[in-house]
Amino acid sequence: MKMRRKSRWDHDAIYEIIPERATVLDLGCGDGELLARLIKNKLVLGLGVEKDIDQVAQSIAREVPVVNLDLDEGITGFPDKYFDFVVLEKTLQVVNKPIFVLNEMLRVGGAGIISFPNFGHRLVVEYLASTGRMPITPVLPYQWYDTPNIHLFTVRNFLDWVGVNNVRVIQGLSLIDGKATPFREEDDARAEEVLLVVSTGLS
Amino acid sequence: MSDPLNLLSEKSAKYSGPDSSHSAGWVVPRTVLLADEEDPLPLDCGKTIAPVYVEYEVYGELNAAKDNAILIFHALSGDAHVAGWTKNADELGRPWLKNRPGWWDDLVGPGKAFDTKKYFIICSNILGSCYGTTGPASIDPCAGRPYGLSFPVVTVGDWVRLQERLVTYLGIKRLYAVAGGSIGGQQALEWALAYPDRVERAVIIASSARLSDQGLSFNVIARYAIRTDPNFHSGDYYGGSTPDRGLSVARMLGHITYLSEISMQNKFGRKFCNGDGPGYHLGVDFEVEGYLRHQSESFVERFDANSYLFITRAADYYDASSRGDGDLDKACQTFQCRTLLVAFSSDWLYPPEHMKELALAMSRNRKHVSYVNIPSSYGHDAFLLEVDRLSHVVKCFLEGGPE
Repeated sequence: MKMRRKSRWDHDAIYEIIPERATVLDLGCGDGELLARLIKNKLVLGLGVEKDIDQVAQSIAREVPVVNLDLDEGITGFPDKYFDFVVLEKTLQVVNKPIFVLNEMLRVGGAGIISFPNFGHRLVVEYLASTGRMPITPVLPYQWYDTPNIHLFTVRNFLDWVGVNNVRVIQGLSLIDGKATPFREEDDARAEEVLLVVSTGLS
Repeated sequence: MSDPLNLLSEKSAKYSGPDSSHSAGWVVPRTVLLADEEDPLPLDCGKTIAPVYVEYEVYGELNAAKDNAILIFHALSGDAHVAGWTKNADELGRPWLKNRPGWWDDLVGPGKAFDTKKYFIICSNILGSCYGTTGPASIDPCAGRPYGLSFPVVTVGDWVRLQERLVTYLGIKRLYAVAGGSIGGQQALEWALAYPDRVERAVIIASSARLSDQGLSFNVIARYAIRTDPNFHSGDYYGGSTPDRGLSVARMLGHITYLSEISMQNKFGRKFCNGDGPGYHLGVDFEVEGYLRHQSESFVERFDANSYLFITRAADYYDASSRGDGDLDKACQTFQCRTLLVAFSSDWLYPPEHMKELALAMSRNRKHVSYVNIPSSYGHDAFLLEVDRLSHVVKCFLEGGPE
C-alpha cells in the first residue's frame, strides 16, 4: 500500500534524526529497511506496524520485529509515551483516520516524525489549474483511481493542525528541487515533500 | 487441535515419496525412558508419574556445536511422526502410517521451511497421548493394569517439562527454535516462558495464550460424548468394546471447529451424496454428513478415547497469563527469545484477535516479536494447508530472506 519511490531522502533524514538507543515505532514500516538500519547501526529498539503481508515477511527476514496490523490497531495497544519516536514516513496520507493516527502518535510517542507529499507544491497546483485534472507528478505518480493517497493535504493544512493542537515543530526539512533544505513556512509552494518532527512536550 | 493425518490423506497426489529429494525419507520412531521411580516426573496437579516412556523422531543431523536443533510440537491428535515415511508402521501396530507421510511433511524436509539439511528436527509424542509416549492406555505399575481415568490430569506445562528431559537427554543445551501449531503452538509458547534461556526462537502458529470460552466449550461437549458412551465404563474399556460412538461425535464436532464457513461451503456446497435432491431419509444424505462420518470412523480406528479426554483437558487449562498471576503482560516479561506469531484470518477456534493480543502484550514488554495474519479461507486447519505462505514466513524468520 505504501508509496514506493526512487528518492528516499526522508528515509535517510529520519535515520539521521533518530539518536542511538532510542525506542521507535514505525507506522507503515514497509519492508523494514529503515528499522533494520536503525537496529543494526544505532542499537535502536524498534517495532514496525505494517498492513501488507509481503512487506511484513520482508521485515521479518531483516530481523525487524513487526506486527501485521492496520495502523490504528498497532498504535492503540501502547501506553502513553511508550516510544521516543513514532515515525509516519509518507504514511499519513494513506490512512483512513489521519487525525486519530496523529493524536495517537502524540500520545504514544515523545516525538512524531512525519513526512508527506505536499499537495500545495507549485507544480501540483499548476497541473490542477491548467489541466483541470488530478495532478500526476514525480512525487504523486498515481491516477485518481489507483492512488493509495486517500487524504492528500498541503503544508499549510498540516501547520493548521499543528496550530490548533498546541503541537510544536521541533525541526523540519523541505525537499526543494530534489534537495533537502531546512524547513521554512514560506517555502510551502516550493516544497515537493516535507519532513517535520513534532511534539507536545516542552523540551 | 486439527487432524493432520486425515487432511493429508485428501491430497495424496501431492505426496513426495520417501525417495524424493524433498522428502525426509524413511524414519523409525525411537523410544526412551525419561522418568523412573528414582526420578519421577513432577506434574502440575501435585502428583508425580513414573515410568514415563517417550516416543520421538529426529530428522537431519545435530551439528558439532549442537546449536541447530528445532523442537516441533504436534496438536491434539498428532504424533511424533512429523515428516517422512514410517518404516515400521505394521510393527508399531499403526497401519495408517503406511499411506501417508508425516503430518507436517509439507514444512519439514530437505529445502523446506524447517530444512532438514540445515536443522536437526525433533518431535515427540505428548504425555497422555496414545502414540508411544506413556498415556492412559499404558500400564499403571501400581495397579498392574492400564491407567484409564486414574491417569493424572496432565497439563501443557507437564508436556513441556517432559520435553525438556528429552532435549537434555539428546545433549542439547539451547534450541535454535521451538515451533508448533494449535496446541503445539501453546507448547512452543510454554517452552519460551518456562525455559527462556534455552530457546532462541519460538514459532507459534494458529494458537494463543489461552483457548476462549467458546473454544473450550467444544471440548466440554466432546468429553461429554465420550463419557456418556455405553462402552465407556469409566475409562476402563481396554480389552473390550471401546467408546467409539462417543469418540466419533467428539471428532465430528472437532472437525467443524477446524474448518470455516467458507471452506465448508467450498468443499461441500450443500451437495447431496446421491444425485441432486434430498433422499427423504434421516441417514447420511449431504456430502458433509458423509465426510464427517468418514472422518470420525477412521479416527476411532487410530485414537484412544481416554487420550482425547486428557489432551483436551490440558488444552482447556492452558493459560499463559497464569505465569503473571493472571496478567498476560506480566507473564511476557520472562521472554528472551525472538518470537514469530502466525494467525490465519478465518481461524475462529484460535482467532487472529487473540494472537494480536499476545503480540501486543509482548511488544509492551519490548520483546522481539513479529505477528503475521495470513489471509486464508481454511479456518484453523490453515496451519496444515496454507503451506506456501506459512513456509515463506517461517523461512524468513528462521534464516532471514534474500538480500
